[in-house]
Amino acid sequence: MGLDKIGIAKRIAQELQDGWYVNLGIGIPTLVANYVPAGMSVEFQSENGVLGMGPFPFEGEEDADLINAGKQTITAKAGASFFDSATSFAMIRGQHVQLTVLGAMEVSQNGDIANWKIPGRMVKGMGGAMDLVASAENIIVAMMHSNKIGESKLLKTCTLPLTGVGCVKKIVTELAVLEIKNGAFHLVERAPGVSVEEIIQKTEGTLIVPDIVPEMVLA
Amino acid sequence: MNKTVKNVAQALEGIESGMTIMLGGFGLCGIPENAIKQLVKMGVNNLTCISNNAGVDDYGLGLLLQGRQIKKMISSYVGENDTFERQMLSGELEVDLIPQGSLAERCRAAGAGIPAFFTPAGYGTEVAEGKEIRVFNGKPHLLETALYADFAIVKAWKGDAAGNLVFKGTAMNFNPMMAMAGKITIAEVEEIVPLGTLDPNHIHTPGIFVQRIFQGEVFEKRIEQRTVRKRN
Repeated sequence: MGLDKIGIAKRIAQELQDGWYVNLGIGIPTLVANYVPAGMSVEFQSENGVLGMGPFPFEGEEDADLINAGKQTITAKAGASFFDSATSFAMIRGQHVQLTVLGAMEVSQNGDIANWKIPGRMVKGMGGAMDLVASAENIIVAMMHSNKIGESKLLKTCTLPLTGVGCVKKIVTELAVLEIKNGAFHLVERAPGVSVEEIIQKTEGTLIVPDIVPEMVLA
Repeated sequence: MNKTVKNVAQALEGIESGMTIMLGGFGLCGIPENAIKQLVKMGVNNLTCISNNAGVDDYGLGLLLQGRQIKKMISSYVGENDTFERQMLSGELEVDLIPQGSLAERCRAAGAGIPAFFTPAGYGTEVAEGKEIRVFNGKPHLLETALYADFAIVKAWKGDAAGNLVFKGTAMNFNPMMAMAGKITIAEVEEIVPLGTLDPNHIHTPGIFVQRIFQGEVFEKRIEQRTVRKRN
């Protein structure tokens, strides 16, 4: 139960602020761009070298020289810019980008994140994720609360090779919004129709639950 | 100065087995596709290739992997290539995976005469193993060294006989950094224009970084993820 991918993206979009530059990772994070609140001006950066990413092109207008970090064809809005990879990561490491949204395989209660490798089974590489998580002041992880066989992905300690340490401060899953502080997950909101008990049961790491847990309000 | 060479064969003269070669591109965007096909034809092997990705199974650097011409890959993300993953997991292919920003900066550093630099990327992960750690502004950083190459092969949109290059869109990516880092840099361009045609105000890579330039014969410019929206 809980939210679908679009619901997660919509909830994350509520965290955007006017004037921010935002880097969106591959998968659910990419969808956030579709739900920028009306009247808000936000620019999306893609680490392969574009600021001011627009929507997907119309059929027949795809340009092989214009893609995002997920290798998808995109468009550039008026006011966009292109730049090389060193400049792109200067924006990221130099903290000129205000928010990073990315996916994760595991997150631990002290804010460690793992999302690039399963030893002996899957090695895709970290891409820009290590640079992003090591530098961003504001990181939101978009993820499912449990893996395909029902094991919690919100852990006391990550079991997979890390992408970054102590860097995640906020997580949005299909069940809840959680913050990480003082070495624990803090339940902030629950998804419509999801019980606090279910969230407790599906969170392996230490979870602090306040007396009142408001339900998310999604447009 | 005229750096123009007739064709891809002349451009790649001197590349031998066992060398370290940088190849520009992000995914299949902005890769020197004519030069890669020529490397296949030349049959050089035991190569160390520095490139952000490894192409797909049947295109880009995937072509060199298929022929087992690559001994070692230095990349940041290789998710789109099954041949690569298989050769790596079996231990046949040596792989050094490094954060994308560190990869770009290590190329840039080599070209800029900076042997090493500190970055926060990878601290606390296996990327940091064996590397010097120092704290700056209260935050731990690791020492990354410059990446050098015998040859750098880059791809640009337009260029001139002086070696000046202009890139298009996100096909720029790693190409400018790698152009700086190669002992010999070869530029593959879609169009060589007469000297004086490119506005000096709008040159991305000044000709000093380029030793040879050629116009590619065929540009397939394959798209990895064709994503479109419907017209209303």
